[in-house]
Amino acid sequence: MAEFDKIKEDMEEWQNSYPTKKERRKSFKNLSDIEIKRLYTPNDVKELNYELDLGFPGQYPFTRGAYPNMYRGRLWTMRQFAGFGTAEQTNNRYKFLIEHGQTGLSVAFSLHTIYGIEATDQKALGEIGKEGVAIDTLKDMETLFDGIDLSKISTSMTINAPASILLAMYIVTAEKQGHSPEQLRGTIQNDILKEYIAQKSWIYPPEPSMRLIVDTIEYCTNHVPQWYTISISGYHIREAGSTAVQELAFTLADGFAYVEAAIERGLDVDAFAPRLSFFFNSHNNFFEEVCKYRAARRIWAKHMKNKYGAKKPESLRLRFHTQTAGVSLTAQEPENNMVRVTLQGLAAVLGGTQSLHTNSFDEALCLPTENAVKIALRTQQIIAHESGVTDTVDPLAGSYYVEWLTNKMEEEAENYFQQIDELGGVIPAIKANFFQKEIANASYKYQQEIENRERTIVAVNQYQQKEPCTVPLLKIDEEVAKEQVNTLIKIKQERDNDKIQENLLKLKEAAKGTENLMPYIMDAIRAYASIGEIINTLKEVFGTYFEDSIF
Amino acid sequence: MSKDKIIKVLVCKPGLDGHDRGAKVLARALRDAGMEVIYTGIHQTPDDIVNTVIQEDPDAVMLSILSGSHNALCPIIMQKLKDQGIDDVLVAVGGIIPDEDKPFLEEQGLKGFYGPGTNLSTIVEFVKNNLKR
Repeated sequence: MAEFDKIKEDMEEWQNSYPTKKERRKSFKNLSDIEIKRLYTPNDVKELNYELDLGFPGQYPFTRGAYPNMYRGRLWTMRQFAGFGTAEQTNNRYKFLIEHGQTGLSVAFSLHTIYGIEATDQKALGEIGKEGVAIDTLKDMETLFDGIDLSKISTSMTINAPASILLAMYIVTAEKQGHSPEQLRGTIQNDILKEYIAQKSWIYPPEPSMRLIVDTIEYCTNHVPQWYTISISGYHIREAGSTAVQELAFTLADGFAYVEAAIERGLDVDAFAPRLSFFFNSHNNFFEEVCKYRAARRIWAKHMKNKYGAKKPESLRLRFHTQTAGVSLTAQEPENNMVRVTLQGLAAVLGGTQSLHTNSFDEALCLPTENAVKIALRTQQIIAHESGVTDTVDPLAGSYYVEWLTNKMEEEAENYFQQIDELGGVIPAIKANFFQKEIANASYKYQQEIENRERTIVAVNQYQQKEPCTVPLLKIDEEVAKEQVNTLIKIKQERDNDKIQENLLKLKEAAKGTENLMPYIMDAIRAYASIGEIINTLKEVFGTYFEDSIF
Repeated sequence: MSKDKIIKVLVCKPGLDGHDRGAKVLARALRDAGMEVIYTGIHQTPDDIVNTVIQEDPDAVMLSILSGSHNALCPIIMQKLKDQGIDDVLVAVGGIIPDEDKPFLEEQGLKGFYGPGTNLSTIVEFVKNNLKR
């Protein structure tokens, strides 16, 4: 202890000889509002126990990484989120990305698909193919993956309320290519809790939505064993305006809620937990992001072991995908976004991500052009192959600051878990608008800090220039909507509509009970029922959800 | 407008777009600037919006669209307001509105077009200076 006392003493003397008034700011705070000290010393981490708190990569509590050799063994999956226009257009973009070295697919769906609204519905007006690829029936899915071997590539699908339906479509599409469900690798986002909290693309109320999620977990555990059944997502919570600590805490709280729901169904935690995965944001504050990922792994491991009794190492190991923060991209001097994305991508890699999407520099203005997405992919390749950061595992470990901040973020997340428990759990907290209010407050505070110039965003609130934006933009042709409507009408004329009615009726009856709905959804999909038809059938049983419009 | 009257603003999220961070932050900024603010929430159809305008009689309607559906939805909203004889309300749209779409939207009677990085105070001033009554 004498050593710590000596450092403390010397530190005080050192601090007094350099008064804080000489510093640029009165206080330095990260994006979670955590006060950052001028200097960290062994005293800040003197309670840290290497074996218990850090351990070795690939071992409990996984703070240092999910796998023993990390990127020395295999680089992260470079997975660019992509989808726009028709299935055919997006299929071309996928082939372009695969040609340029991308190693996994990530599907962005059209808003009408995300809500299970048919292309022919008035509510779909103006939205078809704008934010993602338009999918209505199995036919579109077949086109989307035409010429892409689904037994070879892994696919992540950002889909939530209709996740079970899109999963069924993927399985059937692969079947038609001659591949069995056991061969398929990929992820459905399937994280409805964060929809109520932040992303807002819910359809049914929380309880039946949770049932559908547990149905997919159960179905995949038995039939699609390599599939990741939920990608528990902090990304959207962060984009909606949360702090890094809130992102960490709310996401893991959601994760625990899914674990509890599946255990309640009677599933063995070690049978399904290895197939849960996570999805985090990577924002501007470099060290805060790195520490967030490290803390996430440790919290998950501890809770899964101590609270839920998981035994398999794979059940305790948190694996995650990262996307750089879309919200951090600026419309002003958009080329600067390449630099932001580089730093954010680097933070994700130093935090030990399993896969990464780097945003394209033009995404504050439009969906990315081919050139912009290529630069984004190249950014990952440069981090992977040129920077040297992949040569050793968890290179930032042992930094007094990094370990202190990792501890601090864990501690603050635990405080949130306690608050959520006091509200009765995640769903009651959603209904009490707890998360929504926390996020709204944080986003307003962040915006005010930018306006007051307490935080600098280059070329936005400092160093601005009044030059007009000149980057080329991707434009979605309005013909896409017409084409999609025509395809849907044609399918409905060609398919066996009696069979559809029969399948939908069976699905509806099953929904009234407690059976797993996946087999019924698979049958409806095989007969070319539209997503909208399946969703509407389930709505008749499950009802819909409305939120309070708080701000 | 008399100086004493409190400005009443309706902040709306038309269409299927769920990106409501900007709308909520703006709603709060307008409220903090002393205005009476009603936030409709997300997923508003043009009819929903027009009905709320009829019921609430706001001085300004602020539409927030980031999904690219502005060219499809804004003209319908403007036409439906016109059909109801509502012509003294400022209607503005913001979010992600490419420059090349602005002339078309202006022709429809829309204003604003504020995008990412805009200061909230700029939008507050814009509302104060562009009211039609």
